[in-house]
Amino acid sequence: MSETTENPIREAIADAINDHEVILFMKGTPERPACGFSARTVAALEATGARFAAVDILPDPRIRQELSALSNWPTIPQLFVKGELVGGCDIVVEMYETGELAEALGVEQPAEAAEPAADAPLSIENRLN
Amino acid sequence: MFVPSTEELKLRIESAIPGARAEVTDLTGGGDHFRASVLAPEFAGMSRIEQHRRVYAVFGPDIGGPIHALSLETRAE
Repeated sequence: MSETTENPIREAIADAINDHEVILFMKGTPERPACGFSARTVAALEATGARFAAVDILPDPRIRQELSALSNWPTIPQLFVKGELVGGCDIVVEMYETGELAEALGVEQPAEAAEPAADAPLSIENRLN
Repeated sequence: MFVPSTEELKLRIESAIPGARAEVTDLTGGGDHFRASVLAPEFAGMSRIEQHRRVYAVFGPDIGGPIHALSLETRAE
C-alpha cells in the first residue's frame, strides 16, 4: 500500500482525534459495547467522570484499518487524549487503578469509585459515526 | 496461517525480545483471545505504550488475524 494524501477516512479519523480532547475508538457504543475490552475501557473512563467522545469502528472495516495505520496500534479499543494515543484496554484500566487516568484526563477521580462501575452515568460529549 | 497456542505465543515473544520471559494464558479456551505477561530488560526506560507496541510488533498482522485479542501486562526487570 502506498502512502497518499487522498485518504478521506484517515483524514476524518485524524480530524476527529484532533477535534476532541478525549476520544475513544471502540467496538459498539458506550451504551452497548460490542466487546468486553471496549466495555472495560468505557467503564474505567466513566468511573473518572471525564467526558469523552466515542467512535464505533464496527460499521466500516476501513475505520479500524486506517486507525491502526495512523496510530501504529493493532487492537481496539484505542483512547486518545489531546491528540496522543494513551493506550488500549490494559493500559487504560491499569491507569485507572493507579489514579493516572484521571490525572491524564484532567479530572478529580471520585474517591468512592474503587471499581469502574458498569452502570456509571453516561457522560458522552459527542458521538461520531 | 499459524494456529496460535499459548506455547507458540510464549516462544515467539521470548525469541524475539532478548532476555524476555513471558507467561501466556488462553482467556477463553478458544485459541484466539490471549493474555501475556512479559518481563524484559529492554522495557526499562520505555513507556507502557512503547512496551506494548514492542510485544504487538512480534506478531505483526497475526494480531487481528488468527490472534483476535492479546491482552498485555509488561514490566521491565
